Amino acid sequence: MNKKNLLRQKLCAAPHLVWSAIFIVVPLVMVAYYSFTNAEGQFTLENIYRLSDYTDTFLRSLWYGIVATLICLVIAYPLAYIISQMKVRVQTTMMMLVMIPMWMNFLIRTYAWMNILEDSGIINKFLSLLGMEPVHMINTGGAVILGMVYNFLPYMILPIYTVLAKLDRSLVEAAQDLGAGKVRVFSKVIFPWSVSGVVSGITMVFVPSVSTFYISQKLGGGTFALIGDVIEMQFQVSNNFNFGAALSLVLMVLILICMAVMNKFSSSEDVGGGMVL
Amino acid sequence: MKKTTLPSTIYVLLVFAFLYVPMLIVAVYSFNSSNSTGVMEGFSLRWYVELFKDEETIKAFYNTIILAITSAVTSTVIGTLAALGIDKMKKSWRRSGIMTVTNIPMMNPEIVTGVSMMLLFVFIGSFLKINGVLGFWTLFIAHVTFSLPYVILNIMPKLQQINPNLAEAAQDLGCAPGKAIRKVVLPAIKPGIMSGFIMAFTLSLDDFIISYFVSGPKFQTLPIRIYSMTKKRVTPDMYALSTIIFVVILILLVIVNMNGLKGEQSGKKGAVK
Repeated sequence: MNKKNLLRQKLCAAPHLVWSAIFIVVPLVMVAYYSFTNAEGQFTLENIYRLSDYTDTFLRSLWYGIVATLICLVIAYPLAYIISQMKVRVQTTMMMLVMIPMWMNFLIRTYAWMNILEDSGIINKFLSLLGMEPVHMINTGGAVILGMVYNFLPYMILPIYTVLAKLDRSLVEAAQDLGAGKVRVFSKVIFPWSVSGVVSGITMVFVPSVSTFYISQKLGGGTFALIGDVIEMQFQVSNNFNFGAALSLVLMVLILICMAVMNKFSSSEDVGGGMVL
Repeated sequence: MKKTTLPSTIYVLLVFAFLYVPMLIVAVYSFNSSNSTGVMEGFSLRWYVELFKDEETIKAFYNTIILAITSAVTSTVIGTLAALGIDKMKKSWRRSGIMTVTNIPMMNPEIVTGVSMMLLFVFIGSFLKINGVLGFWTLFIAHVTFSLPYVILNIMPKLQQINPNLAEAAQDLGCAPGKAIRKVVLPAIKPGIMSGFIMAFTLSLDDFIISYFVSGPKFQTLPIRIYSMTKKRVTPDMYALSTIIFVVILILLVIVNMNGLKGEQSGKKGAVK
């Protein structure tokens, strides 16, 4: 291909570049701009100072996000492994079954959990049928974490399954032939192989969990406000765009830091694996 | 190998029970004859009938479909062109910079994407003195923006699989560059374009968080309608609505998958030849 045609084909990307500049880059600049100005558009650090009032909320969001992500990992890993060991045809069906719940509206799925967990909900009716004391479950931190695990679990299963399905069985057999026990096969062969899937699973569960607001509204009853709730309130209720922007900016930076730490951890893991080989 | 033991079967069943019980509850209570989503009193289709009488919901349904089609078509066109262009760029900081910016809506928390676009729209609105700037167009722009990375990611790998000599050969044989792309490159990346389009379409249908921040009272989509309904106690008509949407998407997916399987099979046959 000569230079002129090459340039012409490169120019195909132009509409996308213009679009991304206006609707991705500029909005992020707007977030920064609003964070450092007041309602009159004058420079101020007031929004940044006010953030310290919400330290507890930030910490709670991070904590809930981490717990939900770990629970998802613990549930998803064995499941992904078991599915990856099935016959190829069954594997496809199983993964379809994992993904199907994602196609029911997220709001309704969460609302259904409210029906299940309520004081007069399905579980408690069942318990009273058995003659047992009702258990208070709704509007607790546990209910919020359950909602996160339920909604985002498929995001953890999918990437882990994808890497495990590509695992070469002969690697496992070689390790066994060389005398490695089950634990050693897992820690030295299977897990290192699946690290990339685990990392993307963690990302895909952690980011929406930390920033959610609907789950905490419905299952936490507003008593366990997360950072998403506070942001949503600034924009939809109190109309304080400047403070809302400052909160969003910090949320974005926090998640970026978490991701950078994750990536560093995972790439050093890769290097370690390379050295062994 | 390839043998599933009893404990692992039980484990799989337990996880699937966890995933499916809430959905089953939604489906069952949508047929409730009373207006409760907690007590099942009898079977009826009352809420399905009720749903079709609710004008606001029907309107929201049309809005959702119009938005999904227009935004999916637009993002597929822009995204396909972008993939063609980016594919020809050398692997440099410029190319990786473009890819990073493209992927921002995928990596960023949805609430931040929604809020940042809302700020832009409100800013432009107040600058141009437009009242109620949030509506169809802001939703359309937002949906195109968050779909673009998915479209591009679906097409790029297909482009990398093409033998680069193919388009050149077509040109050597007297094909104009544009025609070479149309006759050689596009057919090869067609599956990627299709799956990108379907992904953009379903993402748009289902999106709540971003839409919530960039929509106004004039133009509601179904997820936003559902959100405002779940602020109060929900009657089973919302369950009926979700059941219908779910079944429709499921049928779409099955059709797409069967097409994919057929495609794969004919592809294999082609390879055998």
